[in-house]
Amino acid sequence: MDSRRSSRAVIDPKVRQVGFFTSAPLPPDRTQSDPPDPIRSPPLADASSPGNSLSPVMIPPPRHPSDSLLRLPHSPSDAFPPPSPTTTTTSLGDFSDDVTAASSPPPAAARVRGRGSSVKQQGAASSFPGGGFEVPPSVKAPSSVPASGLTTVSVVKLPPGISENAGGSVSVEVQSDRALNSKPLKEKTSKAERRAIQEAQRAAKAAAKAEGIKTPAVTALANAKSAKSTKPSPQRNDSAVVVAASEKKGGDRSVEKDRKKDVPHPRMQYDDKSRVQKLKKRSVVKPTEARNRVELFRHLPQYEHGTQLPVLQSKFFQLDTLHPAVYKVGLQYLSGDICGGNARCIAMLQAFQEAIRDYSTPPAKTLSRDLTAKISSYVSFLIDCRPLSVSMGNAIRFLKSQIAKIPISLSESEAKATLHSDIERFINEKIILADRVIVKHAVTKIRDGDVLLTYGSSSAVEMILQHAHELGKQFRVVIVDSRPKHEGKLLLRRLVRKGLSCTYTHINAISYIMHEVTRVFLGASSVLSNGTVYSRVGTACVAMVAYGFHIPVLVCCEAYKFHERVQLDSICSNELGDPDSISKVPGREDINHLDGWDKSENLQLLNLIYDATPSDYVSLIITDYGMIPPTSVPVIVREYGRGQLWI
Amino acid sequence: MDFQVVVLAGGTSKKLVPLVSKEVPKALLPVANRPVLSYVLEQLELSNIKDLIVVVEGADAALCVGGWISAAYVDRLHVEVATVPEDVGTAGALRAIAHHLTAKDVLVVSGDLVSDVPPGAVTAAHRRHDAVVTAMICSVPVSGLSEAGSSGAKDKTKKPGRYNIIGMDPTKQFLLHIATGAELEKDTRIRKSILRAVGQMDIRADLMDAHMYAFNRSVLQEVLDQKDKFQSLKQDVLPYLVRSQLKSEILINGAPQGQQAKENGNDKVSYRILANASTPSFHELYALGPNGSAPVRRTHKCCVYIASNSKYCVRLNSIQAFMDINRDVIGEANHLSGYNFSAQNNIIHPSAELGSKTTVGPHCMLGEGSQMGDKCSVKRSVIGRHCRIGSNVKVVNSVVMNHVTIGDGCSIQGSVICSNAQLQERVALKDCQVGLGYVVSAGCEYKGESLARKEK
Repeated sequence: MDSRRSSRAVIDPKVRQVGFFTSAPLPPDRTQSDPPDPIRSPPLADASSPGNSLSPVMIPPPRHPSDSLLRLPHSPSDAFPPPSPTTTTTSLGDFSDDVTAASSPPPAAARVRGRGSSVKQQGAASSFPGGGFEVPPSVKAPSSVPASGLTTVSVVKLPPGISENAGGSVSVEVQSDRALNSKPLKEKTSKAERRAIQEAQRAAKAAAKAEGIKTPAVTALANAKSAKSTKPSPQRNDSAVVVAASEKKGGDRSVEKDRKKDVPHPRMQYDDKSRVQKLKKRSVVKPTEARNRVELFRHLPQYEHGTQLPVLQSKFFQLDTLHPAVYKVGLQYLSGDICGGNARCIAMLQAFQEAIRDYSTPPAKTLSRDLTAKISSYVSFLIDCRPLSVSMGNAIRFLKSQIAKIPISLSESEAKATLHSDIERFINEKIILADRVIVKHAVTKIRDGDVLLTYGSSSAVEMILQHAHELGKQFRVVIVDSRPKHEGKLLLRRLVRKGLSCTYTHINAISYIMHEVTRVFLGASSVLSNGTVYSRVGTACVAMVAYGFHIPVLVCCEAYKFHERVQLDSICSNELGDPDSISKVPGREDINHLDGWDKSENLQLLNLIYDATPSDYVSLIITDYGMIPPTSVPVIVREYGRGQLWI
Repeated sequence: MDFQVVVLAGGTSKKLVPLVSKEVPKALLPVANRPVLSYVLEQLELSNIKDLIVVVEGADAALCVGGWISAAYVDRLHVEVATVPEDVGTAGALRAIAHHLTAKDVLVVSGDLVSDVPPGAVTAAHRRHDAVVTAMICSVPVSGLSEAGSSGAKDKTKKPGRYNIIGMDPTKQFLLHIATGAELEKDTRIRKSILRAVGQMDIRADLMDAHMYAFNRSVLQEVLDQKDKFQSLKQDVLPYLVRSQLKSEILINGAPQGQQAKENGNDKVSYRILANASTPSFHELYALGPNGSAPVRRTHKCCVYIASNSKYCVRLNSIQAFMDINRDVIGEANHLSGYNFSAQNNIIHPSAELGSKTTVGPHCMLGEGSQMGDKCSVKRSVIGRHCRIGSNVKVVNSVVMNHVTIGDGCSIQGSVICSNAQLQERVALKDCQVGLGYVVSAGCEYKGESLARKEK
C-alpha cells in the first residue's frame, strides 16, 4: 500500500484532473507512510479558498461549524480506553466476554465435549451407561424438574481440518482445484509436453501483461512460484500476488504493476461466459441465471428471482466460516429488508464490527493479513447477495486500509479496539455528522413559502425536511414516488406524522406537479467525478423535468459516496431488480396480463434499479464539504478521496 | 453460526402403544428398517450440524437411545444424551437441560419428525427477523393419501381430529395466532390488539406445527423460568409467546431492543437511518405508537417458516402416522430412506431368500436375512430383518418388524407386527397392531384390534 502511494506521486496519475483544482499538487504528507493518527484532520482550507473565486455557487469558507462538529468524536477515549498497558485488560474483557462465557465449561460434570477427543473421552463414550446421569450439584434446578446431566454418546474423532473441509468452505475447494490443475502437469508429462506447456504459459503471461488483465493462469503461476503461501485463499486479491511477484523480480516491474493498479479494475461483465463460470465456482449462493435478459443489459448480473433466498437459507449451517452478523445482513440485503445507501453501509459496518469483535487470529498468522482475507470473504458473500453500492465499496476500502495500517507490534485486543473505534468513527463522521452538515447547509436554501419536491426516499433529504420544519419554516413538500418499491410512502408516513404538509404523487404526474414546485431536493446513491448523479431510477427524469421548468435541483450526497469513476449513461453499470415486481400490481389481482410471461421468448422485462443524471441537470450538490457545483466533484474526489478522505 | 440443536426424542409415548415398549422407545421405532430418530439426525448431519443434545424421557429409554446413537454415529456426530423424568413435557425437558444451553439461539427439533426440509431454512428466517421464536409449519398430511382403494378408505373415517388453527400476517412471515387441537373445541380467541396492528390475518386450518422451533435462548430460558406451569412447547410456550408479542414482558438482550436502549446521540441517528430504510413490520409500527415518537411499547417477533408443499414433513405421533410414514418413505418420499431402489421400485436385501412364485411388489422393502416361503405376495409393505415367513402368506399395506415369524397361510392387511412376534398358521389380521413378542395362535382372525402381552 505504502509503496504504491509513494510511487503515485512520481508517476503521472492516470486520472485526468477535471474542473478546478488547487495549485498545491498534493497535501504535504501523502507520500509518507504515516501511522494511523486519528487527530490529524485533512487540510480543508486549500480546496475551498480558490473555490470562492471560481465557482458560481458558494463553497463555504474554511471549516465553518462542521469543523467543531467533526473534531468532537476524534478522541477515541470516549468509546475506548487508549491502548495503554494498564487498560488493555479491561478492553480485552469487554471484547472476549462472549468468548469466555462460551468456552468456560458449564458446571455439569458429565459433559464431555470437544472434537479432538482423547482416548479418555472415547472411553467415556463406550462405557456409556456408567456414571453419566448424575445431577450436577451446583446447578439450580428450576421448578420441579431436576436438572439433568449430559452424556456424550458419540464423538467425532476427525481432526478439525477434515470437518472444515466437509463444511464446504470455499477456500479449500478452490485450493484443491488448483492443486489438481497443477499437479498432473508436473507428474505425467513427457519432456516435449512440458516444454509446450511452458511455452503456452509464457505466451499467456505475455498476453496478459499486454492486456493489463490478470488471467487466472498467471495468478495460479504466481501463486505456485511464491510457494511459501500454504493456503492460497480465493479472496486474496491481486495485491497480494503482486506483492509476492514484485518481491522476486525487483523494482522496475513493481512500478509497472503499480501503474496497472492505478487503473481501475475492469468491472465484471456478466456476458463473458468464462468469467461467469469462474465466478459461479466461487460464489456461495449459486444463483440460477434468468433466461430472458434484455440484450442491452446482458453484462449485468441477473438471476432468477426467488431462488437465491431458499438456497441461502438452507445453507445456513454450511456457512460456518461466515460470522452470523454478516450472514444476517446478507440475508437482509437479499430479501430487500434493508435498502438505501446509508443504511446498507451502516448495517454492513456494524456487522463487520461484530465480526471483528469475535475474531481471533489463528496461530502462525498475522492479524492484518488474515483479517483482510476474512473481510474479503465476507464482502464476496455480500456481493453474492446483492451487488455493492458505491458507499459500501468506499467503506470497505477504508476498513481494509485501516487494517493494513495496523502496526504489527500492536497486540490483538488493541488492534481490534482500534478497528472498532475506526469503524465507529467512520459511521459517525462520514455518515451521521456528514448528514448533519448537509442539513445545516441545505436548510439555508429553504425559504418560507417554498414548495419542495423530492423523489423516493432519501435519508438526507428526510433529515433536511424535518430539520427545516423544526426551525419553523413554512413550506410544503411534494413527494414523488414510483412503482414498484413505493419507497416514498414510508417517507410520506413519517413526514405527515411530524406535521409537515405533503402532497403525494407518482412520477407519471411529474410534469403537472412541477409547475408549483420551487426547489427539488434529491438524494443520490453516488456522485461520479464527471458530476453525474447515480441514483434511484427515475431521479434523472425528475431532474430533467425540473431543468425544463427552470427549477433548481439540489442533490444531497455525503462525500463518502463520491467516486472517481466517470459514467456517461446508466447502461454500463447498473443493477437489475426482480422483473416480476414490475409485471405484478400489488392489490390488483385482476391485472394479470403478464402472468406466465417468463415462458415467452419474445418478452423481456427490465427492472432497472439506478439511473445516471447528467451533471447539466443538477444545479448544486450539497455535501459535507459544502455546496458545490457538479463540476467541482473531482476536487472533492481528488483532495478528500482515497487515503485523504479516510484520514 | 451460534446455534445449539436440541433433539427431543421423547420416551415411550402412550399414543403409540403397543408399538412402543420399554425395549423400543418411540425414537427407535423402525421406519423403513431405520429408527425414526435417524431421519432427524441425518437431516441435521446433512446441514453440517455436528453437535447435538438429544433429550430422552426415562432412564431406560435413554439407555436404549444412547446405545443406539453411540453405535450408529460414532465418528460422525457429537451427540450428548440427557435424561429427563417421564411426563415432564417438552417444556420440562428443556428446563432440565437449560443450563447446558449457551448459544444465542436454540433449535429444538422433535425426534419423531420425518422431513426433508433443511433446518437451516428455519434458522435463517429466525435470524433474518431477529425473532424470539420461529416455528416451522407444514401442511397437514392426508392419511392414506396415495392409496385410493384397500384399507385407505377406512382410515379416513377414524382420522384423529387434531387440528391446528394458525393465523399469519399477509406476508406469511409472522405468526399471529396458534391454537392446537385440544383448544379447538372451544371458541377461539384472537387478540384484538394484534388484529388491529396487523390489519389483516390469514387463518389457516390446513397447516400444522411441525415441531421444529428456533428459540432465542435467553427468552426461552426466561419464559421457562417464570412460567413453572408450562408443560409443552407447542401448547403453552409457543401460544404464550405469540399472544404476548405486542406487549412483551420478556427482556430481550438481542439486537433490536438493545439498539433502542442506546440513547446517546449518534447511535440513535444511525439506528433511525437503519430503521427508516427497512420496511417496517407491524411490530415496529405498533411499537412506535400512533404519534411516531420514541418506541414505547415493547414487542417481540414470532416468525413462521412454511415448508413448501414439495417437501415431505410428517410427525410420527400416532399409529396411523407410523403406517403412513412407513409407506411414504418407501413410496413417494423414497429419497428420504437413503436406499437404492431396484428396477421394480422396491428394496430386497441380497441376503433375503424368496421361495418360488413369491412376488414382492413395488414400494416394498425386505430386510436382511429374511426368508419367505413359496407363493407369497407382498404389496406396499415393509418387512424387517431376519423374519421367517411361511408359504402362501399375503402381506398388504403392513409393517413387519424384525425377527417375526409368520406361519403358512397368513393374511396380513394394514397391520403392524412388532419384533419377535409370532403368527401361527392361517392367522388373518386386518388393521391390527401386534405388540412385541406376542404370539397369535393359529387360525385366529382379528380386525382393528391391538394385541399385546400383558405387562408383568
